[in-house]
Amino acid sequence: MKAITSSQGLRILGALVLVAVVVLLLSIRLNQFRDYQIAEIATYVTAVAGLTVLTGFSGQVSLGHGAFMAIGAYTTALLLLHLNWPFYLVLVISGAVTAAAGALVGAAAARLHGPYLAGATLLLGVALPAVADAFNGAFGGDQGLNIIYNAPSSFGPNFPLTRWQAWVSTLVALVVLLLLANLARSRVGRNWRAVRDNEVAAALAGVNVAWARILAFIVSAACAGLAGSLLTITTEQAEPGAFTITLSIAILTGAVIGGLGSLTGAIWGSLVVVLVPTFATDVATSHGLSTSVAANIPVVAYGATLILVMLLFPHGIQGGLRWLLGLAGISSARTRRPAPVPEASASPHEFLLVREGNPHGSNKKEDTQ
Amino acid sequence: MKRSRRLRLPALALLAVATLAAAACSSSASSSPSSSGNNSSAALTASAPGITSTTITIGGTTPLTGVAAPGYSLIDPAAAAYFSYVNAHGGVYGRKIVFKYLDDQYNPTMTASVTRQLVLQDNVYGTFLNLGTPTHLAVVNFLNSEKIPDIFVASGCECWDNPTTEPETFGWQLDYVREGKILGQYIAQHYKGKKVAYFYQDDEFGMDGVKGLDYEIPASMVVSRQSYADTNTNVAPQVAALKASGAQVVVSFSVPAFTALLKLTSLKLGFNPQLVVSDVGSDAVTLSGLLESFAKQGGATVNGDSLINGIVTDGYLPAYSQTSNSWIQLFNKVQAQYDPSAPKDDGNVEYGMAAAYSFVQAMLAAGRNPTRADLISALNAGIPQGPIVAPYAYSSSDHLGATGAYMGTIENGALVPQGPVLVTDTTPTGAITTYTGTQPQAPASGVPAAP
Repeated sequence: MKAITSSQGLRILGALVLVAVVVLLLSIRLNQFRDYQIAEIATYVTAVAGLTVLTGFSGQVSLGHGAFMAIGAYTTALLLLHLNWPFYLVLVISGAVTAAAGALVGAAAARLHGPYLAGATLLLGVALPAVADAFNGAFGGDQGLNIIYNAPSSFGPNFPLTRWQAWVSTLVALVVLLLLANLARSRVGRNWRAVRDNEVAAALAGVNVAWARILAFIVSAACAGLAGSLLTITTEQAEPGAFTITLSIAILTGAVIGGLGSLTGAIWGSLVVVLVPTFATDVATSHGLSTSVAANIPVVAYGATLILVMLLFPHGIQGGLRWLLGLAGISSARTRRPAPVPEASASPHEFLLVREGNPHGSNKKEDTQ
Repeated sequence: MKRSRRLRLPALALLAVATLAAAACSSSASSSPSSSGNNSSAALTASAPGITSTTITIGGTTPLTGVAAPGYSLIDPAAAAYFSYVNAHGGVYGRKIVFKYLDDQYNPTMTASVTRQLVLQDNVYGTFLNLGTPTHLAVVNFLNSEKIPDIFVASGCECWDNPTTEPETFGWQLDYVREGKILGQYIAQHYKGKKVAYFYQDDEFGMDGVKGLDYEIPASMVVSRQSYADTNTNVAPQVAALKASGAQVVVSFSVPAFTALLKLTSLKLGFNPQLVVSDVGSDAVTLSGLLESFAKQGGATVNGDSLINGIVTDGYLPAYSQTSNSWIQLFNKVQAQYDPSAPKDDGNVEYGMAAAYSFVQAMLAAGRNPTRADLISALNAGIPQGPIVAPYAYSSSDHLGATGAYMGTIENGALVPQGPVLVTDTTPTGAITTYTGTQPQAPASGVPAAP
């Protein structure tokens, strides 16, 4: 509460309200497919922001966030299919169920570091979708669960479903961003960063390291669960084929490319992940290239974008934007002055800690054990 | 410092306004469908979304990249090649068909996204040859609620046959239940007294097939039922169980990769039953190539063609070995001119071209200036037999396609048809009868005649 009344809290709130207004106007002006893409982007933002908390703030990597999305998606599909509860309730329950799953995984993950944690979460991401095949009756096997979802009737019979999906998804994404930004600036967030930067020092300072790490997993999983729930109502389905390891990697890509450690970066990362392949497909198919070439151009463009961003902006797009703003002299003191209290959006100095400091920190920890 | 930070909000607002202005400029004007005259002299009009006086734009989703791409990625380019041929020979009532097929990587989330792109942004007239059961199930509801013709799903799942709840959706290829019945009857008749075992994919494809097999094969003949998941390439446990059951005939509802794995693993375990394989998993060119490349990965050299010799299968399209067949000649001619880089005698290429031919038949039946509903009505009224060896099932109460197939064996790397065309329905008791009609020849022009 204290955070939200501060001037920075107000600025975050203002920026989010501005984004909401822009999305609202765009959703009315653009065609329905763009609405659908807005929903897709917002879904990614929700998941990527969650992973940013886990990886960027608490220093734990996850290659299995697709599995958490699957849990949220199937929870939503099952509740809508069998109980037909209102969506907002289903959304909250999906987040809660996934948070519980996150607590379980987090408890195990708190004992693991670096590549071992990556391996364990990778296992989760690969194995969990197969559960749907194993329990065919409940989860519909390979064909998954298909739901029929309509915009609330209060919006009138001709209200486009895609616009409703864009609105709901954007609202959820913005609320998640607001909550995460505040959490990151609270005591919890400071504890996470302390644990990330040096576990021994954090423990000596009185931080409960294991709890901080588990909590990060819970929060992050809840975000992924919400994203999965949004994915179910936008695509009107929950199928194992949607939650392959590719999805987990795409979420991680979004977090890294946007700028690990920055919630704003989650937005940039999601824009890249969703829009670059579509844009490249449009370009490739409109130039009469042979199928075998055209089909691979989106893959190439996506890869090239990732390489370019990493080469030009090693701190992700958000880091790059800060640097450019700094060059243009628009930047505030934030980029140059080491923040007395670490902010939701980390300074370049903090990026270094995430990218380089942490692995060493955790190795040291293991050495001492 | 403080001042410059305040400047940022107005700057962002300005950016937002600029974006909106740009968006406003690009807002689209929708064309309203006008009157549709269907007499032969009527002018060509923009009678439906996706139709102009010169073009019919349709869309499709298919795996062009990713795990399912090998083989399947040939289908839509082959269909597009046939459309190019039709376009060069007068088109459909003078309109050219523009077939925009997008890659969904066999990922249902991608299918959901690119299908919406085709419908909501590209305003296609309808979708055609959307490939895959789990992928297409993701969009059936969307396409039907938007009233978009969903023509000839490239999957033999029985699930496309819901004319009342999903009136826009039509299957095309022989469905797996009918196919299972035809294979099952052959097994019950030709391998009397032998031990039969099933090997099938653990999804609708395999289970629909097994359903059909069970309608025809007495339960007492079946000694083992082994399923596989298409994500696990180790089929040794299943093959060991098949061997242990003493099966003399193994009937396989598998995709080509798993037919090859079944064959290679059997070879390794010294198990050599008679194989009966569904059409889906028995394309000779694909299978032979897979066997050789899998064996190579394992450090062995095999002759693919000799390994698949004697496999019993079925077919609902003319076989490439029938070189004098008019359909085969037409498809070879179109391929040579419009799809020359595709492999020769590949079942996927034939599949794409044949489905495209059927689509042109349906468009012609829909009339000169068709609405979307006209195409659905035309299919519900039935269309004349085409490249499929048996008639189409299309009626207002049946949205599946091919009604039958012939049996055949693979000899010297090619499918050789044997015996008559057998037709049946999808019910447990429906008889399997010999098709008494004759399949029409491919038209000399290569383009179906307007009704």
